[in-house]
Amino acid sequence: MLGLVKWFLSIIIIVLLVNVTSASDRKFNIGKLATKEEIAGWDIDVRPDGLGAPIGSGTALIGEEIYTEQCAACHGDFGEGADRWPALVGGEGSLASHDPEKTTGSYWPYASTIYDYIYRAMPYGVAQSLSYDETYEIVAYLLYMSDIIDEDFVLSEKNIGEIEMPNRNGFLLPDPRPDILNTNGQPCMENCNVSTKVIGRARDIDVTPEDESS
Amino acid sequence: MNKKKQTKKNPTNKKLNRRQLITGTASLGAIALAPKNVLSQETNPDNLPPNLPEWTQYLGDGVDVNPYGIPSEYEGHVIRRNVEWLTASAESSVNFTPLQDLEGIVTPNGLCFERHHGGVSVINPKDFRLMINGLVDREMIFTLDDLKRFPQTNNFYFLECAANGGMEWRGSQLNGCQYTFGMVHNVQYTGVKLSDLLMETGLKDKAKWVLAEGSDSSGMTRSIPIEKILDDCIIAWAMNGEALRPEQGYPARLVVPGWEGNMWVKWIRRLEFGDKPYMTREETSKYTDLLTSGKARMFTWVMDAKSVITSPSPEKPILSKGLHQLRGLAWSGRGKIKRVDVSIDGGKNWKTAQLHSPVLSKSLTRFTMPFEWNGEELKLQSRAIDETNYVQPTITELQKIRGVNSIYHNNSIATWLVSKNGKVDNVRLG
Repeated sequence: MLGLVKWFLSIIIIVLLVNVTSASDRKFNIGKLATKEEIAGWDIDVRPDGLGAPIGSGTALIGEEIYTEQCAACHGDFGEGADRWPALVGGEGSLASHDPEKTTGSYWPYASTIYDYIYRAMPYGVAQSLSYDETYEIVAYLLYMSDIIDEDFVLSEKNIGEIEMPNRNGFLLPDPRPDILNTNGQPCMENCNVSTKVIGRARDIDVTPEDESS
Repeated sequence: MNKKKQTKKNPTNKKLNRRQLITGTASLGAIALAPKNVLSQETNPDNLPPNLPEWTQYLGDGVDVNPYGIPSEYEGHVIRRNVEWLTASAESSVNFTPLQDLEGIVTPNGLCFERHHGGVSVINPKDFRLMINGLVDREMIFTLDDLKRFPQTNNFYFLECAANGGMEWRGSQLNGCQYTFGMVHNVQYTGVKLSDLLMETGLKDKAKWVLAEGSDSSGMTRSIPIEKILDDCIIAWAMNGEALRPEQGYPARLVVPGWEGNMWVKWIRRLEFGDKPYMTREETSKYTDLLTSGKARMFTWVMDAKSVITSPSPEKPILSKGLHQLRGLAWSGRGKIKRVDVSIDGGKNWKTAQLHSPVLSKSLTRFTMPFEWNGEELKLQSRAIDETNYVQPTITELQKIRGVNSIYHNNSIATWLVSKNGKVDNVRLG
């Protein structure tokens, strides 16, 4: 008898617990709880401090081969780019020039971003097909080509958050806009002091797609 | 649906042939010269009074010729267009909304510009899942049907790519309203507010940022501060009354009103809550605004007030003397449009245009102004002022502060030069 009471009590407690964890403070009671396995399959992002970096490692020495195989067709043997596909290395010292070249080496502020992007989106058209190690190897090779690490440096989940990128401090926060003078809603309406001379015409540049322009 | 259409006899084509025969060789020549899909728009005197046009005498198509209706065959020129030399591949590229051919404030779904980073994902809505994980009380997964059971919201919002007008920083480059302003569209979104959805998951106190992630082959990701997420962001499944188009993120996308289009993650699959921004590729190497100092602004999310004259424009020359209606669009990511001024002399003198209702917050707003044209040269400009009293700047003002390497956030006033023959050109004044 006592056993039966205990059994009943434990059932009640279980019911109460389930209620507490799944529905009691939910307003609509819609959707299902995600399992750890479900989350693990999709939670692939890697943050600048290395949070989210999966266990794995690679060096530029090994990375060269896989880069040549998987990346070079579009990005060039040395990351110089091909046709309109982007260059991945080079451009150091160009950011303040008239023709800035923004590459992983010259512009990207965090190594984590290179890992995150390559793993989630590359190779172009075969996304998320690289292993963790292969991704570390390619990132190591890119960092090596930009003289950020040595060729035998073992890049891994333990140190990707500590790589110092050359342009780490190249970004300004917060957004200073509105950054223009006129925010009083009362612009000049008559005889405004502006130059109205034509100094350039799109027609003369002649890069507008032909069939569609008037 | 397509299969059915192809196997069916198509009466429209038959009638077309008859019409072509009737109109004779002159207009057949015109058809051959016109761009693909564009029919001759030459006037046929046989159809004018006192004659009877064929459509008056003979039966037209019955119902169901197009189970899903399409625009008139004479509107074949109203299409999205791209600039092929801009990008390496069509799967990671952009095209432009034909603003010059649109009226009112609603962009038809099939004309909303496209921007993909890994092509258009094709997703069975039964296989759609939205995962919410990280710093929440309950990590959860929602189906599309789940999302539709929440209280719903229906709002018009513009979506503008931060790079709209990006080719014009150094000078007038592309000769068209479509190519210089067409990375914007405006539709009514149906969806669930994230502030409602998150009542199910709860939020930890430390949650300050959200990583929004797409399920397309670019795995598009952006970090969004939690204040914005809780303010007015939506997970939308419908646009202009029907399901999202595949190219706009079917079956569900994120809507981030007033902020740059790249953040409106399409084919959304996951929202992760964290205590810091994630610094994804799209918010570091892209969508940052490089200044002349070599430093770049980061997290420049709001789309500032902007306007464009859609007609006359390079695609819409003035064809006759006398009265015309100048038409245009204005918008601001900071709220409602308060006023739009128009100049016909390159910005020396301005008159206030008429705004048409509805004037909605973070939505395209239509303006018009009647004007008389007698064959003189005009330098047309429009200037938007929003409810925060922000006045749309000139390109000179922007260049002074930001230089010419920014690419993004060019919301400057454009100039359309109307020549004495009525042709219109995109020009730079200085």
